[in-house]
Amino acid sequence: MPSSDYDSACLPDLLPLYYRRLFPFYQYYRWLTYGGVQKNYFQNREFCFTLKDDIYVRYQSFSTLNELEKEMQKMNPYKIDIGAVYSHRPNQHNTVKSGSFQALEKELVFDIDMTDYDDVRSCCSAADICTKCWTLMTIAIRILDRALREDFGFQHLLWVYSGRRGVHCWVCDEAARKLSAAARSAVAEYLSLIKGGEDTVKKVVLTDPIHPFIRESLAVVEHFFPQYALQDQDILARKESVDKVLALVPDDVKKELQQDFQNEKKSDVRWKLIKDQARKKQSTAKKGQHFDKEIMLQYCYPRLDVNVSKGVSHLLKSPFSVHPKTGRVSVPIDLRELDSFDPFAVPTISLICEELDRPKTGEEEEKVEDATEKEDERDASEKRRIRGHNCEDIFADHLITKEPVWQSM
Amino acid sequence: MLFSGRRKKFGTSIQTELYVQPLQFYGQPPLENISLSEFETFAVDRLKLLKTVENLGVSYVKQSEQYSKKLDSELKTLNFPYRSEVDDRKLPGGPSESEKRRKDHISHFILRLAYCQTEDLRRWFIQQEVDLFRYRFNGLLSKQKLEFLHKNNLQYDAISLKEKKELKEKLVSSTYAISGITVEDQDFYKVPFQDALDLVRTRKVYLKEGYAYIPHQDIVTIVLNDFRTRLSKALALTARSLPAVHSDERLQPLLNHLSHAYLGQDYSIQKNVGKISLEQIDSLSGKSFPLCMRQLHQALRENHHLRHGGRMQYGLFLKGIGLSLEQALQFWRSEFIRGKVDGDKFDKAYAYSIRHMFGKEGKRTDYTPYSCMKVILSNPPSQGDYHGCPFRHSDPELLKQKLQVFKVSPSGIVQIMELVKGMHYQLACQKYFELTHNVEDTPFSLSHPNQYFSESQKLLGGGGGGKELKREVDASQRSQENSSSRGFSAAQEAADSEHEAEMTKDLNAFFEDV
Ligand code: SF4
Ligand SMILES: [Zn+2]
Repeated sequence: MPSSDYDSACLPDLLPLYYRRLFPFYQYYRWLTYGGVQKNYFQNREFCFTLKDDIYVRYQSFSTLNELEKEMQKMNPYKIDIGAVYSHRPNQHNTVKSGSFQALEKELVFDIDMTDYDDVRSCCSAADICTKCWTLMTIAIRILDRALREDFGFQHLLWVYSGRRGVHCWVCDEAARKLSAAARSAVAEYLSLIKGGEDTVKKVVLTDPIHPFIRESLAVVEHFFPQYALQDQDILARKESVDKVLALVPDDVKKELQQDFQNEKKSDVRWKLIKDQARKKQSTAKKGQHFDKEIMLQYCYPRLDVNVSKGVSHLLKSPFSVHPKTGRVSVPIDLRELDSFDPFAVPTISLICEELDRPKTGEEEEKVEDATEKEDERDASEKRRIRGHNCEDIFADHLITKEPVWQSM
Repeated sequence: MLFSGRRKKFGTSIQTELYVQPLQFYGQPPLENISLSEFETFAVDRLKLLKTVENLGVSYVKQSEQYSKKLDSELKTLNFPYRSEVDDRKLPGGPSESEKRRKDHISHFILRLAYCQTEDLRRWFIQQEVDLFRYRFNGLLSKQKLEFLHKNNLQYDAISLKEKKELKEKLVSSTYAISGITVEDQDFYKVPFQDALDLVRTRKVYLKEGYAYIPHQDIVTIVLNDFRTRLSKALALTARSLPAVHSDERLQPLLNHLSHAYLGQDYSIQKNVGKISLEQIDSLSGKSFPLCMRQLHQALRENHHLRHGGRMQYGLFLKGIGLSLEQALQFWRSEFIRGKVDGDKFDKAYAYSIRHMFGKEGKRTDYTPYSCMKVILSNPPSQGDYHGCPFRHSDPELLKQKLQVFKVSPSGIVQIMELVKGMHYQLACQKYFELTHNVEDTPFSLSHPNQYFSESQKLLGGGGGGKELKREVDASQRSQENSSSRGFSAAQEAADSEHEAEMTKDLNAFFEDV
């Protein structure tokens, strides 16, 4: 896999090159100025740089594109975070009267991190991800993207790979940027179905009537569940994982199912047994019995870090920042090609820097006989495609041309 | 009662106008002068009322029968307006309805002064006032509700029958207690979702393209939202006029005491610093920590790590029982470095936040240990978290198992689980205290994990800190026994000693910019 070419010890050597020749400053600046409609929108924005040895430099701000570029090329941050738009220039926050320096606006953001799914994935844990569990991110994006657009009426959504084990969403609509902290947390809670910590076994409880938002989300989960949960994760195969699933159904049903499972080993048939039980219960019980749906949601529904979304001044890793551990660039994700998005194909900083140095290859040169080199070439062009397409076009498509205020310019 | 003549000329008519309605938005500050002693009684009574609102909100389902009964009786004893249909009839000897409304009005504005000072105070005050308002608005007759909306210029757009028919199924499944049949007779209002956050948050409303479709029966939500927004703006403005209040040496102590009263005892003042050694913590955690802290301690020992929510809740508790900053640093460091964090990383990434808790970094506020209310209501634990209140946030099954492990008798477990089921989490915790300390009927009512600890230490003969710790605990116990009135009585003293004479306070002066 391409990440093996990255060695974090090289980061200090690669970053200057990255910021000098690759970072898309212009698009980045255009995004954060939002057409220049509001005065000082870019100038009052906080940036936070993380330097070598985890030194955080908060309250950075820049008055022009040029200044941003110069400063980044001077500091060569390991990581860049974006904060709020403040009432004053963040780099002068010490000089304004205390209390009057206030965070005014920020994109509404969401952070989904694979570590929060550790209780429901068996393929990896903690910071590790694989193509199997990546499906969880695909599901999360599908569900949230739909709800943010259709339920909340937002249109300018930027989805970004975090560079390691998750995704971020930046909702850039003007209305979203102006939301109060209370409104942000209400949106985040509306979107949260998984409740409870280490001490909660059953994390999803549905009650009648089932809200249209949950129905829509269930439709997404149902689409992925058979392949992802029943096959890839095989949640109904091993004893422990079966027990975990059965802990989510009522006791009487559990006993019956345990018996049935003794004669039936196939995951999909076992799942059908669970669904049949749920249907049976539903026709008899008067109160809602939705344990089949609850299981699906508990295993697949997105887990949001509500605290990140709540605060106006909360920092979030910037798009195009490099992840210092993996070396991968935080690239925007094109939703039209979401199902084929592969985090392991996202270029690392070493790879794209290396590409820069390589002499330009013409079309015909792709026919080099050497098999390994051919492999390399394919890889490289693949990466260029991802970089070229995602980074620049997406910024252009989603944030610039479609924002109505910019169309009128 | 003393009215000053200064504003009388236009005061009276506005006053009577103000008290025509049983409920108001508190848009107008009182225009009269009142005596300092009335000032004080009003303030203390309203504070009692708001504390009742807070307590009831935790113990009962809001708007349930018991909640209403208890709140009604409190409104009645404290002479606040409590039944909307009563017009200006007067019980023999008691205040008239309009006198009650006047008290409601003035006392609200006095507490604004006391509670505008910090973010925390504002949040608490707004929350209780909003709950109180909700209760009173719901108690209005529907005619009065319409009058209220009308008077306050609150007009909302109802959707057309056609749109209603189109969305029928969605509306039914988003709204409790509405069936397909009633949809067509109901008015639905279409408002930006930002105006109905409480319904959005709980998914009790249909959302489409940024608009919430609110059934008439839930209109209280929009009204409340409006109320909340106005109140929070008004408090921010009042906070700006605060220097005037600060310079008033008669008012200042009184307001300060009022604002301190809301938490009951706050355990931020460290009395027992250094009385506890780090070696004692393990054994203390088994004997005298409430379940929430015991759980955090255990998780920390097992994982050598706690996430932010857990570090705050546990760290502040430890500070409250007497760990010094140095001890706290040593304690957390020694545990964290046994896990994935090395010493260097600890000093860089975590030491700061511990110093922060002790007010040694950042804004230098000295953070207060969390009360049960705060643990139970705010920031619920999510994946990977161990903070929160086990009575509230653990699955009943797991809680049961845990209680078994901690050797609570089966009958005790049944009693505790009953209380949990009724959502009486603090009472459940108190029951646990009784069972594990072999006492019946504890003389205190539990509201704080640190209180749990000091009560336990007191019973166990101050095993942790010897005599002195015990004495301190006694002292805090005494103040606790005055129930929540520590602040009130202090306020009383402040007022009594300095102002026996009828001094007058021109309230309006503080709201002039508002
Ligand atoms: S009731 Fe209070 S002291 Fe008891 S466990 Fe819950 S939060 Fe802790
Ligand atoms: Zn995996």
